[in-house]
This record gives sequence, structure tokens and C-alpha cells, in this order.
Amino acid sequence: MTSLPARVLRAGRIALAAGAAVFLSGAIAKAQVAPPPGPTVEAMKKRGALNCGIDTGVPGFAFQDNKGVWHGIDIDYCRAIAAAVLGDPDKVKYTGTTAAARFTVLQAGEIDVLIRDSTLTFTRSTVLGLDEVAVNFYAGQGFLVRKSVGVTKAAELQGATICVITGATLELNIADFARSTGAKIGTLLFDKPEEAIAAMEAGRCDGYTDDSGSLAGMRSTLKNPDDWFVMPELISKEPLGLHARSGDPRWQKILFWIDNALKSAEEFGVTKANADQLKASSKDPFILRLLGAEGDTGKALGLDETWALRAIKVAGNYGEMYETHFGPKALNLPRGLNNLYTHGGLHYPLPIR
Amino acid sequence: MIRHPVFRALFGSKFNAVVTVLMLALFALTVPGLVRWAFGHAVWEAMNRAACVATDTGACWAFIKARFALFFYSVYPEAERWRVHLGLAVLVVIGAGALFSHGRRGWWLLGLLVVVPVVDAILLVGGIFGLTPVPTERWGGLMLNLVISFVALGGAMPIGIALAFGRRSQWPVIRYGSTLLIEFWRGVPLLTVLFMGLVLLPLFLPHGVNVDNLVRALVVMTIFTGAYMAETIRGGLQGVDRGQAEAALALGMHNTQVQLLVVLPQALRLCIPGIINIAVDLFKDTSLVSIVGLFDLMGVVGQSLKDPAWTGLASEGYVFAAVVFFFACLVISLGGSVLERHFSVAPRASKS
Amino acid sequence: MTSRGKALAWQTVAVLVTATIVIYFANNVVTNLAVRGIQFGFGFLWAKAGFDIPFHLAEWDVNFSYGRALWVAAINTLFASAICIVLASMLGLTLALMRLSGNLLAMGTSRALIEVIRNTPQLLQIVFFYFAVLQALPPMRQSVTIGTSVFLNVRGLYLPAASGTLWDWITGLSWAAVLIAALLWRRIGMQLPRLLVLPPVLILGLVVAGFTAQWDAPALKGFNFQGGVRVPPEILALALGVSIYTSAFIAENIRAAIIGIHKGQTEAAFSLGLTPGRTMALVILPQALRILIPPLTSQYLNIIKSTTLGAAIAYPEILQIFARTVLNQSGRAIEVMTLVLGVFLAINLVASAAMNAWNRKLALQGR
Repeated sequence: MTSLPARVLRAGRIALAAGAAVFLSGAIAKAQVAPPPGPTVEAMKKRGALNCGIDTGVPGFAFQDNKGVWHGIDIDYCRAIAAAVLGDPDKVKYTGTTAAARFTVLQAGEIDVLIRDSTLTFTRSTVLGLDEVAVNFYAGQGFLVRKSVGVTKAAELQGATICVITGATLELNIADFARSTGAKIGTLLFDKPEEAIAAMEAGRCDGYTDDSGSLAGMRSTLKNPDDWFVMPELISKEPLGLHARSGDPRWQKILFWIDNALKSAEEFGVTKANADQLKASSKDPFILRLLGAEGDTGKALGLDETWALRAIKVAGNYGEMYETHFGPKALNLPRGLNNLYTHGGLHYPLPIR
Repeated sequence: MIRHPVFRALFGSKFNAVVTVLMLALFALTVPGLVRWAFGHAVWEAMNRAACVATDTGACWAFIKARFALFFYSVYPEAERWRVHLGLAVLVVIGAGALFSHGRRGWWLLGLLVVVPVVDAILLVGGIFGLTPVPTERWGGLMLNLVISFVALGGAMPIGIALAFGRRSQWPVIRYGSTLLIEFWRGVPLLTVLFMGLVLLPLFLPHGVNVDNLVRALVVMTIFTGAYMAETIRGGLQGVDRGQAEAALALGMHNTQVQLLVVLPQALRLCIPGIINIAVDLFKDTSLVSIVGLFDLMGVVGQSLKDPAWTGLASEGYVFAAVVFFFACLVISLGGSVLERHFSVAPRASKS
Repeated sequence: MTSRGKALAWQTVAVLVTATIVIYFANNVVTNLAVRGIQFGFGFLWAKAGFDIPFHLAEWDVNFSYGRALWVAAINTLFASAICIVLASMLGLTLALMRLSGNLLAMGTSRALIEVIRNTPQLLQIVFFYFAVLQALPPMRQSVTIGTSVFLNVRGLYLPAASGTLWDWITGLSWAAVLIAALLWRRIGMQLPRLLVLPPVLILGLVVAGFTAQWDAPALKGFNFQGGVRVPPEILALALGVSIYTSAFIAENIRAAIIGIHKGQTEAAFSLGLTPGRTMALVILPQALRILIPPLTSQYLNIIKSTTLGAAIAYPEILQIFARTVLNQSGRAIEVMTLVLGVFLAINLVASAAMNAWNRKLALQGR
């Protein structure tokens, strides 16, 4: 038989334990409801803008129109992210980054995300301490050559001179290609594509090499585009995409799922025009989840429920973005690898469920 | 005709005649083609490059016309551009006053050094007096070249004066320290130090402190210009007659007073041409900041060539930039020669 | 306080302040590097480069290391600087003489050229000259041919290359002998002008060497000429761009120096019966040189730095090879930029010291 004080004590202990348990479970429940959004998002909300690192200018990805407004698929991504996280696609501060400085600027925390047609590579992931979040454009290194030289394959470029721009992986790819095939290809390194292209037209080199996304656009600016052709063969893989600084997993998840949402939207036929209407009237549970009419995808990311809807309404789904900047009315680049997996491409959005 | 002085000057001797013929041949080779391209076959109205090419074979100036505002202000908000104009007007009026006024030039110069920076900083940055703040990433175009030149030149003066005196100091520590700084900054290409500023400046600051991109470029340009300024001013200091300092010392002035009030003003007058050269160089060098991701005039031109509507018009863009730089630099040079004339005439006038 | 004590006190303060600032910055750097997970070290210099350097004077192969690439690029920078310095001096003198010539057209053209050149960005000029050069040269299949083995086209100037052990020895020895003789000219009591004797000696040496060499003549195979030595058009464009720009400044320096020579000198030379040309070459220029050297030094240093603009037109110099390609491949921004700055400082300090030595020598001779 235990004494009264001991009983009281025990009851007290139980009560305390129960209280603690309730408190803890409450805290856990709370954590499940609204996890901390991570330091990057917190900083963004405080400053009221997304710091988006972009290219200083490359057709299709990032360029200014006559009024100075930025356009391009990378810009659409920046705006979609700002819309999803901050609720306003215009809350973006664009930082033009040069090839040499882009990763340093990201490491230093001056930008929140780098969307600058940059290839995701092993070195950048490991040595530079960056996270490769998502691929928004599958490119490869190709060649633009004079038709009259009569080559059809990169291996036939033995002894040729190719104009290249520095600061990317292009020259290294050529060297790798030359080593693996035994073809000796000379390179001529320029700072900017304008000079490289002009030198090629003047006959200084036999061709120009760049990401396949840029080549078609470049060809259209030549004096006699019909004298030149873009070789179908690619000598490298250039998955261009979003880089984030390592150390904020929640921010990476947000970026990763915004990219997935944009691609899923295309897969399920959600467009800029019909998104609102589908949210109200669709019967498809996937679409309802995507657009925030059902489920709580937003809460799990630390955002609100219509995050994906806002992102889609900025510039449409992935396919619409591609159409705007690379479609027949723009740079006229076939979708190829950048199509959805259902159409023979590589974009395979993970299910949002 | 043969006796006309112009003819004699051109064909007076065999050597002169050969030079003249060579020159004329050179002009005949280059000028007509250039004129045809720039004027005869130029296109002034078009929506994009394709329309230009379809119209005529010459320069596509429609590109420049469409992007004119962008070249001058970049993306400075359209509604706030009157602030840029007002700032420029303040600079021009006070600058003109400093150049052409008689008697009160000192006050005008003071205005140039104090009023212009303060007023223009308030106007451009905003944030007080009900002006909407305009973040520096929206600054650009020719306006940015002007801002950088003005700030760097203003900041370089005191740095240059300090380093110049430092290099002449009798104290070895100061002398070697100044020499080291000057020679370091004069020995490295601006391009590399600009890049260093972009990448390394954040590393030198306490963790978490971020400096505006423009401020970094300004810091680098100012110190760089300061080192060149120091050498020019040192030349000026050497050119001041030693008797001046001795006379002032004999009058019982303190050595610091002598240097600042007697020697320095005379030295500065001597090195006006050098300072003007530095200003012209500096203005041209501001075109290098596009390397660190700032959109100055050259940066905006380069950027404009990436718009699919206008790609491939590099010649037009570069020619336009060259012409703008040429006239801007010409204005600086002319202003400089006015100053020079004034200050070199003054002492002679007082003698008579 | 005595002035000595005061001096000591101030200098101590200066040292302390500087030291504090340096320590503060160094501390920040260490913290920042640690926080950002950036490693610092020069070990990467021994890693394999893997890229091609299209024009190189020193030996280069894709399998060489980054460190070797720095050396090759530095040699390219020095080569371009040397060419530009010679060319800019000659052009500067020409422009200055044009402006002082008395021919209205020449004076006007010179004045206009100097103004245009000085008032437009150098980078634009270099790009302009590059495309002017490319336009002027014939396409590859219509090369200008001199003899059977010298070709000139838009890809460059192709010359036959000599090789062989004897060739190496004889050319090396001729160069060494001529250089040593040039330096010791007065000391070994030679009376004839250096420039009259030494170049022919050198040429003779090279001709003799040429007979012993195996010649490798360039020939058109596939896309390009193979074999031989190639001088690319980039070096020509860079040389034109940099030297024409600098020559405008040098011309003004020379003009100022010539005007600075007292008029009496010219009159005295004329009265001795010297022609205007000889007066200029023998009386005015040697004296003007003395006033000229300090500003000329600055211009030469500017030339060395300006060669970095060659990166825009595909001339493989330090900035392009190291600060672009190597930096991008290795990701080591701090180390790479430190090395580039170090190399430029070293080159410039040596050049500056050499010019100062020349200055002292001339000043001494004048007395």
C-alpha cells in the first residue's frame, strides 16, 4: 500500500507525462500541418522578392524586349516560382550573372536560385556545393556548319576549326569528343557568340558549336541561313536546369515540385486559360489535387493550397512555355527530348499525390 | 590656284604631295562604302531584323530606334525617368557654371563636388521626400556609365591626393605602403580586378553582409582610378617650384598648411590635362562593368542582340555605342580644355 | 615631442592600423570560406587540362596540366605585348610626325584619328579591327601564295617550319651571341652603330642554320592547311587594335616631348646644314626620348594589360585561358584570379623596372 503523498506524486507524474505527451503530439501535429518553410523562403518573404539568377542574355532562355521586360523560359520559371511562393509573379529581382561568376554568386547567397541555362554536372554538385534541383531544358552540344564543306557527322570534322564561346562546358566536350573518336578538332575561343558567329561567317572557322537550344536561333540570324545547317548529331548531354545552394532541403523541394507541377499540368491538359475553370469543374482527382481543390499538397510544402495553380497561371504549363519561346512562331526548335515522355521526350513528371 | 596657300600646304613638296595622294586614296577606299551602309541603304523603320533585311541592304537603325530608351536608362522605371533628366540637368548646369562662370568659379566647383552628388543620389536612389525607391538593379544604360564615372572620379580625387602625398612622404613606412598600393593597382588589368571585386569582396566582409553589385563595381573603379590619379598628382606636385613651399614656410605657415593650401592647388592646376585624360579613360572603362553582370550601355547593347527579334545586328549596336562614347568623351575633353585654358591664363593675367 | 619621435609614432600607428585591417579581412575570409564550404589550395594546377590552345608558342598538348596552361598563356600574352609595344611605338611616332608635318591633310587626318581613337572604347576598336582583318584576307581556297610553301588566307599566315638538332643549336647560339654583343657593344669598344651590324649577323646565322634544317611545308589537307607554322589573324587584329589605340596616346606624348625641345636646337642643326629629316632623327628625337620615357613607360604597361582584351577575339592569352576556361572547369575562382593578378603584377613590375633602368641610363648619358 502506498502513501497518499506518493499517490499524489504518481498522479502528478502521470499528469505531467500526459501533458508532455499531449504537448509533444500537438507539436508534431503542428509540424505536420505547417512545417517551417526553410531559411530561404523566410528570407524571401521578409524581403518580398525572389532573387533569381539569370543569364545576361541568350535567345529563348532570357532576353529583354524593347521595353526592357525580361522574357524566356528561364524567366517564366522565375516568375512561376515567385507566384507559387510569394503569390505574385512580379516579385522577382533578376540578377544577370556571367558564366564565370554564376556559381560564386549563388554560393554567396546573393541569389536564391540560379536558372541560367546551366548544365547540371557532377563537379557543380559535389565540389561547388550546389544542388541540382530540376532540368527545365534537355540540350546537347551540336554543330552549325557550312553546307559546302559536305560533312554530315561530327566525326568527319577531323582537322576542322570550330568557333566556340568560353566559360561553358563546350570546349571540354570537344576535347573529350576528339579524344574518344580520335578526330582532331581545332577550337577558337571567343567571349561572346556575336563575335564567334561573325568570325565563322568570315570563314575563320568551319563551324560553330553551342547547345542545341541556341543553334537554331543562331542560324536564323546569319546573312545566308541557307548556306548553313545544324548537324543532327549531338556530342554531349547538356541537361540545363535549376541550381540551388546546398543546405536548405525545404527550398529544394519547393523548386522541385513547382517544376513537376508545370510539367504535370501539360500532361493533364491544364493550361493557363483553363486552369481556373478546371479547378472548379474537373472530375479528375489528379487535376483537383494539382490545383489545390483537394488534398493539402501546399501545406506539406509550407505553401498554401493553390501554389501550383498560381505557378501555372503565370506563363502556362511547360508545353505552353516551350511553345512561346521555342515554338514555330519563335525560334522554331522541334521539341525532341523536351517533349513529355508520352510523346517520346524525356520530361516525366513525378506524380503529385 | 597653284599659289593658293591650301594647295601649297597639300602639294608644296614631293613628300607633301605623296602624303596627300595616299590620304585621298585611303578616303576613297573607305568612305563611300561606309556612307552607303550607314545612310544610303539604311533602314529606319522596321518591327524586327527580318523586316529590316527585307527592306534594304544597309544598316538597320530601326533596332537602335526601338531600343533607344533602353540604351539610355535600361529598366529604370518609365514613370521615374524625369528624375534621371533632372539629375542630369543639375549636373550640366552646375558643370557649365564651373566651366564658364567668372569670379564665382570656386562656389560652382564646390557645388559640383557637394551639391551634385547629394542631389543626384537622392533623385536616383529615392526613398525620401516621397520619391519611390529605385533599386540599383534597375539602373543601367548610359546613365550607369555616367553614375560610375562621376562617383569614381569624385572618390578617386581624395584617394589620389592622399596616395600622392604618401608616396612623397619622408617616412619610409608611409612611402613604401603608398608605393605598393599604387603599383599594385596600376599593375593589374581592370577586367581582372573588377572580377575580383565581384567574387572576392563578399569574402572579405563579415559573414552575412551582402554588398550591392553596383557598389562593388564602384569601389573597385574608385580605387583603380585613385591609383592613376595619385601618379598624375605626384607629377603635378613635382612640378611645383620648391621656392613656393619655402616662401610659405618662411611666412610661418605650418607644413601641413603649406602642402594643402599652397603646393596642392598649384599642383592640381598643373595636372588638369592628366586628370582629364583619366576622366576620359575612366568613362570608356566603365564599359567593362558588363563583365560583372551590370548592364551599362555596352551591356544593354550586348543584351539587346539576344532578343530574337534583333539578333545579328552587332555592327549597328556597336557603331551606335562607339558614337555615343565618342561624343561623351569629346564633351569631357572639351570641358577639360576650357578648364585648362582658364587656369593657365589666370596667373599670366595677374602678372601683367 | 621631437620630430623624430613624432615620425616614429605616426608610422607605428600606420602599421598598426594596416595590420588590424589586414587581420580583420583575413579573419573574414577564413570564416567565409569555411561557412561556404569552399576549399582553398593550388593542388588543381597539377590536374590534366584537357582543352586545346589554338595558338601557342610554348609546347602544348591537351594532356598537359593547368599549370602548364598558365605558362603557355603567359608566353602568348608576352608575345602579343612585345609585338604591340614595337608597333605602337612606330605608329605613335608616325602619327606625331604627321601632326607636326605641316601638310594640312596629314595634320587634319592625324588629329581626327587621334580624337576618334582616344574617345571610343578600346574593346570596340579591337573587335572592329578583327573583322576588318578577316574581311581583308582571302578565303582559304583562294590563298595568296608566295613561292610554293608560304600561304596567306583568312585562317592565318602559313610558313614552313624548320626543325632539327643543328638548327636549334645554331639559331639559339646566333640569338644569344647577338643579344650579348648588343648589350656589351660599347664596352668591347665597337664604333659602328649596333643596328647596322647585328641584324645582318643574325640573318647570316639563321640562313646557315636553315641549310641544316629539315623543312616542314604547310599543305592544304581536308579543312585546313596542315604542317608548318601558322600565324593566326587574331594576333594581327590584336596587334592592330591595341597598338593603334595606344599609338594615339604615344603620339601625343611624343608631340609634347618634341615641342618641349628648345627651338634653338632645330635652328642650330639647320645652320649646321642638316636636312630637316636628319635634324629630326639625330638631334630632336634623341633629346625628346629623355622627356618621353616616363609617360612611355605607362603606355607600355597599359599595352601589356590591354592584351587581355584579346579574349574577345579568340586570342588565347592569360585571361581567356586561365580566367575563363580553367576557372570554369575547376571552379576555383579565388586561386585562379590570384594567379592571374600575380602574373600580371610580375610582368608589369619587370617591365617597369627595365624602363626605369633605361631612363636612368639615358639621363646619365645626357650629362
